[in-house]
Amino acid sequence: MSVHPTLNVVLAGVGGQGILLASEIIARAAMAAGFAVKTNELHGMAQRGGSVLAQVRYGPVVHSPLVEDGAAQVLGSLERIESLRWANYLAPDGLAVVSSQVVLPITVSSGQAKYPEDAQARIRAAFPRLLYLDAVGMATEVGNARCSNLVILGAISTGLTLPAQAWQEAIRQSVKPKFVDLNLRAFAAGAALDGQK
Amino acid sequence: MTATELLSGNEAIARGAYEAGVKVAAGYPGTPSTEILEALSEFKPEVYCEWSPNEKVALEVAIGASLTGARSMVTMKHVGLNVAADPLMTFACIGAVGGLVICVADDPGMHSSQNEQDSRHYARLARVPLFEPSDSQEARDFTALALETSERFQTPVILRTTTRVSHSRSIVAVGERSQLSKTTGFVKDPPRYVAVPVWARAMRRAVEERLPKLRAAACESAANRIEMRDPALGIVTGSVAYQYVRDIWPEASVLKLGWGYPFPDELIGRFAAQVTRLLVVEELDDFLEEHIKALGLACEGRSVIPGVGELSPTALRAARAKYEGRPAAPVHLRAENRDLPLRPPVLCPSCPHRGIFYALAQFDVVVTGDIGCYSLGVQPPLNRIDTILCMGAGVSMAQGFQKAGETKRIVGMVGDSTFFHSGMTGLLNIAYNAGSAVIIVVDNRTTAMTGHQPNPGSGQTLMGEAAPTASIEAIASACGIKRVRTVNPYELQETIRVLKESLEVNEPSVIVSRAPCPLEQGQPPGEALAINQEQCLQCLECLGLGCPALEHDEAQGLRINDLLCGGCRMCKQICPAEAISAKAAAQ
Repeated sequence: MSVHPTLNVVLAGVGGQGILLASEIIARAAMAAGFAVKTNELHGMAQRGGSVLAQVRYGPVVHSPLVEDGAAQVLGSLERIESLRWANYLAPDGLAVVSSQVVLPITVSSGQAKYPEDAQARIRAAFPRLLYLDAVGMATEVGNARCSNLVILGAISTGLTLPAQAWQEAIRQSVKPKFVDLNLRAFAAGAALDGQK
Repeated sequence: MTATELLSGNEAIARGAYEAGVKVAAGYPGTPSTEILEALSEFKPEVYCEWSPNEKVALEVAIGASLTGARSMVTMKHVGLNVAADPLMTFACIGAVGGLVICVADDPGMHSSQNEQDSRHYARLARVPLFEPSDSQEARDFTALALETSERFQTPVILRTTTRVSHSRSIVAVGERSQLSKTTGFVKDPPRYVAVPVWARAMRRAVEERLPKLRAAACESAANRIEMRDPALGIVTGSVAYQYVRDIWPEASVLKLGWGYPFPDELIGRFAAQVTRLLVVEELDDFLEEHIKALGLACEGRSVIPGVGELSPTALRAARAKYEGRPAAPVHLRAENRDLPLRPPVLCPSCPHRGIFYALAQFDVVVTGDIGCYSLGVQPPLNRIDTILCMGAGVSMAQGFQKAGETKRIVGMVGDSTFFHSGMTGLLNIAYNAGSAVIIVVDNRTTAMTGHQPNPGSGQTLMGEAAPTASIEAIASACGIKRVRTVNPYELQETIRVLKESLEVNEPSVIVSRAPCPLEQGQPPGEALAINQEQCLQCLECLGLGCPALEHDEAQGLRINDLLCGGCRMCKQICPAEAISAKAAAQ
């Protein structure tokens, strides 16, 4: 029997997009599947509209809570250019799951910087294995635009090794009872993209 | 079967404190330490928890509890320990009765801090034991161990984490609340508890006599262990660096120090004798390395391990190459990202602080700022803070600027929680020593930056009880400030008028800029606004507010993101074309 490797997931986005919930669900799904797990995320100033990064590692034994450069099997990004900002975490054969959503940074609105117009082309060039999706539109279709994090998570699940049951259990543990169905639908919409990468 | 939970390091410390019978806990919020006390307060009423006005007060509260025999805990970030250093240094001599643990969370890499100090030095300075967990399980376990050690050796104990220990989550085996705090009641014993010179000299000798006993206990402790693998390389490490070492040098032997001070010399010597080469991997200062070299043992450390910023597996991979004399693997930039626009943290949409910054921008003054959300006012386009030093300095430094003869008027800015923390004493100084600075207290009724902890102005305690609301105006008057004004910062013209008045008179004054934090309230101040594109002059005056809801780029022009807009109406007030109005009206 081959030893299960340590799997690394990096989640990027903007404060308020629900990245911390997404990382918690991955961790609980890994726990439900019987793995050791470690997560890391930055709090504090990151809550105020800044870039947010969360990392999850699971496997038979996990040491560092931080993912090494070039070692993530999956990079998920809830905002378009945040995927480029953190691209170096992704392994050469890793899967990138990128929401097409644009959130303009204050540096752009105040005229200090430009939002790259060729972001989409750069993303396609950087990530040979890519799921580039309108996560906000898909979330709206299943009931609420704010569930785009779960759509992304569903798409991320296609690059990992965890059974569907573990994901469902983790979602039930992590969201309020009245939002469970909505979140399960959003997750399923993302997971249905399997094979399109 | 043991119960397990997915806990952050901070939650695990709280869990450990609860299980080990902590009865009284106090602290002051500060990233990355804040969640320890928040999590511990979930165990009320068995554990009494409070947010104290500052870290010095918090430690003194915990010390009082310890002297009755109760187990106690105090929590703070690294710079908070500077504030609490005074009681620490003397209590280290008096010594604990009930176990007392000082939790201090360092922030290597300065994710949300003004400096990168290594708090391990305080353990050596005060000659008290230092525990450093490397994950959440150890955070729980070491908390209990630290309390036991504190009681056994009658000393306060420092439990030091870092951002990556405090904010990483991993699986923790938990237990029940067992060793209940033995509250004996205070037993009068002046030579033991009164630090006047005649008795303090004896205390001083006792500290020196305690040190070798602690050293011996550290050598025997389960918190310290030798993991023998390949004897060619032995690595001495601790805290989260241990976890990185296990990934980057999986074959190396390791001396893992969870109880790092007093340095376990005998254990270090034994490990060094078993390995060919010795390497010290520690984050921030060369605290262990310097001592190991002083023991006469050859080792490397700072020569290859970075001492500035935080460590990571990536940083240690490069350090390993350097240590082995190989070139580091070239950094291959996977995506073109050098020109990406930065995404710094920013004042929230409809944040009341924005109004006071807009008002300040109308005057050519020096603004001495302070620590809190309003620190973000230093960023463009607001650009309205000129200095940031430490908690309270926004008030105190203003006096120095003025007394030195700075020709511009001086405005000191401080938040409500920071005012209660250490701004009050600076204000008393300005009144007492005939200053003339204008002090603005931006009062949003909460400690917002760290996640909305209540403070003495909030009318509520950490335990959820109603509390008296401290009046900033009354405190200012009681200090001797005659000109005290209150403004609603959402009303820009009135705010500018009051500020102008205060700047024009040659006397000290206080302006309380009061409006509750909308994020804490859970609802924005109004309905989302919209721009009537036909009326808009594209003058971009409104962008000077630095509001994230006002979006502008060349492709799409100027617009209000109605998912973000909180309807605070500041942009509407400054629009010269009256192009901004309620969303329904604009359509």
